Amino acid sequence: MTSALQAQALGKRYGKRWALSDCTIDIPAGHVVGLVGPNGAGKTTLLKLAGGQLQPTTGGITVLGERPGSTPAQLARVGFVAQDTPLYAALTVAEHLRLGARLNPRWDAALARERITQFGLDPAHRAGKLSGGQRAQLALTLGLAKRPELLITDEPVASLDPLARRDFLQGLTEAVITHELSVVLSSHLVSDLEKVSNYLIVLVDSRVRMAGKVDRLLATHHRLTGPRRDPVRLPADQRVISVSHTDRQSTFVVRTEAPIHDPAWTVSRLSLEDLVLAYMEKPAENRRAAVEVQR
Amino acid sequence: MIWLTWRQFRGSAVMTAAVLVILTVVLALTGPDLASQYATGIADCTPDNTCDQFFDRFFDGHQLPFLAVSLVVLALPAMVGLFWGAPLISRELEAGTHLLVWNQSVTRGRWLAVKLGLTGLAAVAAACVCGLAVTWWSDPLDKSAFADLAQMAPPVFGARGIVPMGYAAFAFVLGVAVGMLVRRTLPAMALTLAAFAAIQIAMPMLVRPHLMPPVTSTFEIGNVNGGGIHVEGQGGGPVYLSLRAAVPGNAGAWVLSGDLLDPSGRTIAGTGEEAPVPVSVTSGPCAPQEAVPHGLDACWAEINRLGYRQQATYQPLDRFWPFQWIETGIYALLTLGLTWLSFWWVRRRLS
Repeated sequence: MTSALQAQALGKRYGKRWALSDCTIDIPAGHVVGLVGPNGAGKTTLLKLAGGQLQPTTGGITVLGERPGSTPAQLARVGFVAQDTPLYAALTVAEHLRLGARLNPRWDAALARERITQFGLDPAHRAGKLSGGQRAQLALTLGLAKRPELLITDEPVASLDPLARRDFLQGLTEAVITHELSVVLSSHLVSDLEKVSNYLIVLVDSRVRMAGKVDRLLATHHRLTGPRRDPVRLPADQRVISVSHTDRQSTFVVRTEAPIHDPAWTVSRLSLEDLVLAYMEKPAENRRAAVEVQR
Repeated sequence: MIWLTWRQFRGSAVMTAAVLVILTVVLALTGPDLASQYATGIADCTPDNTCDQFFDRFFDGHQLPFLAVSLVVLALPAMVGLFWGAPLISRELEAGTHLLVWNQSVTRGRWLAVKLGLTGLAAVAAACVCGLAVTWWSDPLDKSAFADLAQMAPPVFGARGIVPMGYAAFAFVLGVAVGMLVRRTLPAMALTLAAFAAIQIAMPMLVRPHLMPPVTSTFEIGNVNGGGIHVEGQGGGPVYLSLRAAVPGNAGAWVLSGDLLDPSGRTIAGTGEEAPVPVSVTSGPCAPQEAVPHGLDACWAEINRLGYRQQATYQPLDRFWPFQWIETGIYALLTLGLTWLSFWWVRRRLS
């Protein structure tokens, strides 16, 4: 499988603070990849490094096999919609499209016009007067109409109301189907990603805690509820992700390929959100052991 | 990229161009008249040797527009740094739009090159038009100006010839670099103004006097360099003599220092100071009743006869163009240095 984004021991330091440290990650191409993690996990830093806006302090990163932001040709292959979807407030919608056409060799003017009409954006409107949802749509249009192979969007829906959020994600999904591009989008809300992603990466404290195809993740993770029991007494092929005990009862989230036969357990499926939360909760001392990547 | 840069810049460019057009039109309309007034005046005063009085009258009559246009040329580079330079990058950083433009298929090096090149050229062109138009217009006034406003003296030198171009280019890149480092528009503007003003004050004080070794020579005291005499107390007190920062026969020179020497050659008063001289104001050539009909000419002759002299260190007017080129060169080098810093910063450090 080719990689959309590959990082080895990647780190970025601002002054004395490490925004991202020792991040090793391999995001396969051909997926809509959701990058989820709590605030401050290093998502934005990772994506900015991928967009070539930041230079790594340590380690290396390649996007579509090249150093990000190195050449105009590399920049043309990667679309990037930054956090809060910045636009030139004084420029009109039409001027933004003209900007895109002037600055991108592979610009798809028909696609851009079509999307603008579809979302009811008036070309003569100044970007500063648009609503949050319209701004996001315009920014996404700029990102898509340059016809990238990979589109990176950083928290694109964070500031949108639920309706605009749905529209944006719908527009993204349609574009992915039509143009067969890879997408990496980040969010701290699993519910946003659930609708569009088929691949999920959980980033906590700049480390990859879990990565894999969504359907595979859901099929191999289970919640076990039963009489109180020590986790070490579980079968070897069941990897414990999280544990919680009450006086009499234990609840485990485990990952296993094999079916669970123990009659003492009530086995239930997890939602994607529960699954992500289970990985985020893991106590600090066990973090390294929990780094598991499955494809 | 050129289209986007022009689109962002056109508002202030058009406004500045309009102001400059108005200024040049006004100067072009009034310039020939000013020159002919000067020519007539010179023709009238030369036979009876009263040109000094004509200069004073002529300059007095046009002092206000003279100061105004000089101020415009001096202020233009600062304005360029403040309103074109400082916001150029910092406004993008503040609004986050750098992230939008950096992710089009244009490297940030090229992005900066186009922005710097286009706006910088406009800044230099504006300073060129403004500086040369004012230099042309004020030529008759520069020939008749007071010593304090001589063509080589600091406030006027910077408002003439080609140095305004150097100042504008430097102020612009200074603003850009400060904006990049500070990342916020308003503080960047304030800092740019403060830094540019400090450099513009330091330049004539610390650097410009030494661009070429100044000339030092001794002059007799007369109407040009004699400031005046005054008597301490009523009637019989000692008589004090002060000198002016000017040298005879060198109109337009920049006098760095002018000392009063006593007959033995010792300095008894520095620039702007006064020293006692043994002349009488109750009788003889320096007495007021003598001075009224003939001016101070007889008194200066008496002081010169006693052996008092002015020793002046100055940069003569014929160094005007060499100085212009050298100073423009210095600012061009500073501009290149800051440009290099800006490119290095935008490639390596900015995010």
